[in-house]
Amino acid sequence: MTAKITIKGLNFYYGPKQALRNINVRIGEREITALIGPSGCGKTTFLRCLNRMHDLYPGNRYEGEIILDDRNILEPGLDLIRLRSKVGIVFQKPTPFPMSISDNIAFGLKLGGMRNRRELASRVEAALRVSALWDETKDRLHDSALSLSGGQQQRLCIARAIAVEPEVILMDEPCSALDPVATAKIEDLMSDLKKNYTVVIVTHNMQQAARVSDHTGFFMMGEVMEFDRTQKIFTAPSNKLTEDYITGRFG
Amino acid sequence: MTREAYHKQLKDVQDELIRLSEMVGTALKDSIEALKNRDIEASRRIIKNDVFVNNRRFEIEERCIYLIATQQPMAVDLRVLAAMINVVTDLERIGDHAEGIARISISIGDGPLVKPLIDMPVMAEKALSMLQRCMKAFVERDAETAKKICDEDDEVDARYDAIYDELIHLMIENPKIIKDATYMIWAAHNIERIADRVTNIAERVVYMATGKMQEMNVSKY
Repeated sequence: MTAKITIKGLNFYYGPKQALRNINVRIGEREITALIGPSGCGKTTFLRCLNRMHDLYPGNRYEGEIILDDRNILEPGLDLIRLRSKVGIVFQKPTPFPMSISDNIAFGLKLGGMRNRRELASRVEAALRVSALWDETKDRLHDSALSLSGGQQQRLCIARAIAVEPEVILMDEPCSALDPVATAKIEDLMSDLKKNYTVVIVTHNMQQAARVSDHTGFFMMGEVMEFDRTQKIFTAPSNKLTEDYITGRFG
Repeated sequence: MTREAYHKQLKDVQDELIRLSEMVGTALKDSIEALKNRDIEASRRIIKNDVFVNNRRFEIEERCIYLIATQQPMAVDLRVLAAMINVVTDLERIGDHAEGIARISISIGDGPLVKPLIDMPVMAEKALSMLQRCMKAFVERDAETAKKICDEDDEVDARYDAIYDELIHLMIENPKIIKDATYMIWAAHNIERIADRVTNIAERVVYMATGKMQEMNVSKY
């Protein structure tokens, strides 16, 4: 496994409260890494460290290193806008902007300074194709994004994240608000995405983690209890706590 | 989110599996007794009872598949279910081997055996003991005991070799007994195969307990 992101001795604090303890994990390049664990275990907190979302709130503090390619993204003075275009995020509930389908996707590109309408249109199309939404939306690109179904909105959010050509896509329970059909579409999409992107997904759905990911990390009380190949984690985990959690003996 | 109902169902299926192992163990013991005592009626009963073994095997298999379909088992639970689907097949085959001995006994008919039945009951007792301890290891997820049981298969094989040699020798001495002596060899071979089936079960115990799949004792038969 070639590591895209290497996390070394990561501690994270919400003000005085420590939420992550000594995390040491390697996220494989062009792989899907799933993070599982009971509520409040720190998996979402960890995910949000990877593009420094926590910086949006005062009082949050990181220790350790998160090395993306060759650079520690926790370094002071890092350009966070650039980081977040390189490391995109998709949230639990679809978050389309109240504007047209096309404008939703063009939003990040315009923010990055792109003005050429033809170029914008071609990037919008490319992003919609990658997120398997083009066929469903090509005749209604100027309709409101809010007119899409929940599953389509979530794929739109993925398209919006992809449009700015990130290298890593973070997904925070991307299917928890979706029905099984929409979930299956997102899962298929994830498999396609990993050909070009590194994907990290937080999920409460153990079967989803088992189905889609290459590596899985089990979090508990702010620590990574086990990190291994997904096949190993779900058939013969090394840690008793992992086993008890995934077999429903606690949690 | 503890899953008590699901884990109870899992344990219930395992209890059923243990009951099936007791049924086939009894069938083995009875088949040797019937052979020894030349009790044709008892042999017929064993053949008839094998239907119950076969039915129960399918019930257990269906319950395992139902649990996989509805509960999406993971880790040790998944290994237990996968192991049970394999073990239930081995148990059913052990039942078939016991039935086979009963059929051989009927084929030999009312006459006396070509030699006193001494080694074969010992061999059967050994195979039965292996089966019982192996199922205990299954319940206790005891890989170490399971591995040791596999080694004991050599003892059963050695006894089979001895019986085979002795019967061949008797056949050379007296060709008139070739038919019945061959039946005896088949009966002994059935016991030998039962012990092999037990080593299969032991391999599943090791997998269930450790997650590792490995061949334990390669039989030369």
